[in-house]
Amino acid sequence: MISLRLASLMSPRQWLLLAALTALIMVALPIAHLALPESHPLHVSAYTITVLGKFMCYAIVALGMDLIWGYAGILSLGQGLFFALGGYAMGMYLMRSIGRDGVYQSDLPDFMVFLNWKELPWYWTGSDQFWWAALLVVLVPGLLALVFGWFAFRSRIKGVYFSIITQAVTYAAMLLFFRNDTGFGGNNGFTDFKRILGFPIAAPETRVALYVITALTLLLAFLACRFVVTSRLGRVLTAVRDAESRLMFIGYNPLRYKLFVWVFAAVLSGIAGALYVPQVGIINPGEMSPANSIEIAIWVAVGGRGTLAGAVLGAFAVNGAKSWFTVAFPEYWLFVLGLMFILVPLLLPRGLVGLLRGRAAPDQAKPADPAKRAEPAVPVAPAASAQERA
Amino acid sequence: MSVAAPAPVTHAASGPGESAYGHLADPNRVDTSHGPILYLDDITVSFDGFRALNKLSLTIERGELRCVIGPNGAGKTTMMDVITGKTRPASGTAFFGQTFDLTRLPETRIAELGIGRKFQKPTVFENHTVFENLELALADPAGARPSRAKGLWANLFAHLTESQRALIDDTLARIRLNGSEHRLAGLLSHGQKQWLEIGMLLVQEPALVLLDEPVAGMTDAETERTAELILELEGSHSIMVVEHDMDFVARIARKVTVLHEGSVLAEGSLTEVQADERVIEVYLGR
Repeated sequence: MISLRLASLMSPRQWLLLAALTALIMVALPIAHLALPESHPLHVSAYTITVLGKFMCYAIVALGMDLIWGYAGILSLGQGLFFALGGYAMGMYLMRSIGRDGVYQSDLPDFMVFLNWKELPWYWTGSDQFWWAALLVVLVPGLLALVFGWFAFRSRIKGVYFSIITQAVTYAAMLLFFRNDTGFGGNNGFTDFKRILGFPIAAPETRVALYVITALTLLLAFLACRFVVTSRLGRVLTAVRDAESRLMFIGYNPLRYKLFVWVFAAVLSGIAGALYVPQVGIINPGEMSPANSIEIAIWVAVGGRGTLAGAVLGAFAVNGAKSWFTVAFPEYWLFVLGLMFILVPLLLPRGLVGLLRGRAAPDQAKPADPAKRAEPAVPVAPAASAQERA
Repeated sequence: MSVAAPAPVTHAASGPGESAYGHLADPNRVDTSHGPILYLDDITVSFDGFRALNKLSLTIERGELRCVIGPNGAGKTTMMDVITGKTRPASGTAFFGQTFDLTRLPETRIAELGIGRKFQKPTVFENHTVFENLELALADPAGARPSRAKGLWANLFAHLTESQRALIDDTLARIRLNGSEHRLAGLLSHGQKQWLEIGMLLVQEPALVLLDEPVAGMTDAETERTAELILELEGSHSIMVVEHDMDFVARIARKVTVLHEGSVLAEGSLTEVQADERVIEVYLGR
C-alpha cells in the first residue's frame, strides 16, 4: 500500500532522475571534495560545497513557496521572515555553543557583553540545548504562520492584499530585529560561530555533513510536497486557487486547506533557515528585508509555478545567475532581477519547466476523444494545455 | 453496472420490511415516509415592497420530475433561493421531508441534507480533469454528513473505494462523458460543462435536484441528450427543472407548474396548462 503510494508520486523515469541526482549530490560530490587532492581535476572545492549547500536551502524555501503560490494561489511575500526565524533559532544555539571562546571570554554572547547586559533575557532560556533550538526552528515559524494565517484567511484576505500584508509583517519584523534591545544582536545579528553539537563548524567534515543533511532535507521536503500535491488534498488546493466559492458550495471549508499549506510552507522555510545559518556562518535582519522575500517568489516564477521541480530548478538558476552577476556586473544585478520579474511571466508563463516540457513531449497530447466527433459544439482542444497535463 | 435509485434507497426511512411508524428519526436523513419531499406553503418574499413570491404553494412528491415554467420575473429563481436557504421568506412554511424547516436552516446545512442545485452558469474546476471534478464533489461513502468527507486529513490520505469508483463511472456514463474522464474540464464544450455540473450534483447523491435552466445555451443535439439524461434520473431522484425552452419542457414534462407574478397560476400536464386560458394570456400566447 505504502510502496504503491510512493510509486505514484512520480513516473519511473522521474524516480530514476531523482535517484541519479541524489547519488551525484549526496555521494559523488562530497567524496570528490574530501577524498581527492586539490590538484586532481575532479576535485570539488569547499566553495562549491558551501554554495550548493546554500542553494539547496533556498530550494527548500522555494518548495514551500510553490505549494502556497503555485498550487493554492496564495502569493506570500513574507517567506523570508520564516526563513530568518528558523535561522535565528539555530543561531541562538550556535551563539551559546561558543561558550567562553568569544572575544570577551564571557558566558554571555559577545554582543550582550558589548551592550553591557548582565544576564540572559528569558527567551534565551534553554537555547544552549540543541533539541530546544530544533524545536524552536519548527515551532516559531509554524505558530506565527498559524496565528497570522488564521486571522488573514478567516477574514478572507486574498490576492494582492494578502501579499502586501505579508510584506509589511516581514518589514516590521526586520525593523524589530535591527534594534539592539530586542536581544538578537541588532544589525550584526549572530555570527562568529565556533562549533555545532561539539564539532568544529569550520572543519571540512562538519561542512560536508551539514551539506549532506541539507541535501537529505531537500529530498524529503520534495517527496513530502509531491505527496501533498498528488493526494486529493492537492486537488482541493488547486480548486481553492481556481474556484474557491465553487469549492465551498460543494461542502469544503477552504480556510483549513489554506492554513495547512501556509503553515507547512512556513515550517519548510524555517528548517531551511536553520540549515543555512551554520553553513554561511551568520544570520542578521537583512534576511528579513522585503527584497529577499520577493526574490523567493521570482525563483518559483522562473522555475515554473505549480511543478515543484520547477521551484528547485528556479532557486538554483536564479541564485546561480546572481552569484555570477554580482561578481561580473555587481551594479546591474537588481536591474536583472527586476527584468526577470517582468519578462518571465510575459515570455515564460510556465517557467523553465514549461520550456523543457514543451520541447520534450510534443507526442504526449491526448488522443481526441469520441465525444468530440459527434459534438460539433466542442471547440478544438488547444494542444498546448493538453500536453502540459500529459 | 448501475447504481440504481440511490435517492429513495438512502433517503427514505421506510422500506418494505420496516414500519412506517415508530422508526427512528435520523437527524441527517430526509424523512419522506408520510408525504412529499418538498412542501412549500403560502410563501411570500418581498424585495423593497415588490412581491417576488406571493403566497406560493407547491409540493413535490418523492421521485417526481416537475417542470416549472413562467415568464421572466415570475419568481422561479427566487423560489429556488428559498428552497436552498439563500433567501428567507417573509412568511410561509417550507419543509424538506417532514422534519427539516428550510426557512430556518443555513445554506450549507441544506446542501448537506441533500438538496442539490445547479446554477444557470456552469462553474466547473477547469484545471482539473472531468474525473477529478466528480471526485472532488463526492459525498462521504459512509453516508455521514458530507462535510466529513471534505476534511483535511482525510483527503491527504484518501483513496477511492470500490463503490465510489463505481459511482463515478456510473455518473460518467449518465452524463455522457465516459471516455472524456481524463480531459481537462476547461476544454469541454458549454453543454458538456453543464452535464459535468449535473454529474457533480449526482455524485453527492442528493434527495432533491434543482436544475435552473439546464439547457440554456445548448445546441439542439445537446438539448436532446440533456432531456434523455433527465428522463433517466426520473424515479431515482426527485427533480425540479426550471426552464424557458418550451420544446425541451415538452420533451421531459410530466407535471408542469406555471408561475406568474410570484404564485402558481396553473398546474397539470403540459397539454392541460397549455389549454388554460390564463396561461395562454400571460405566457404561451405571447
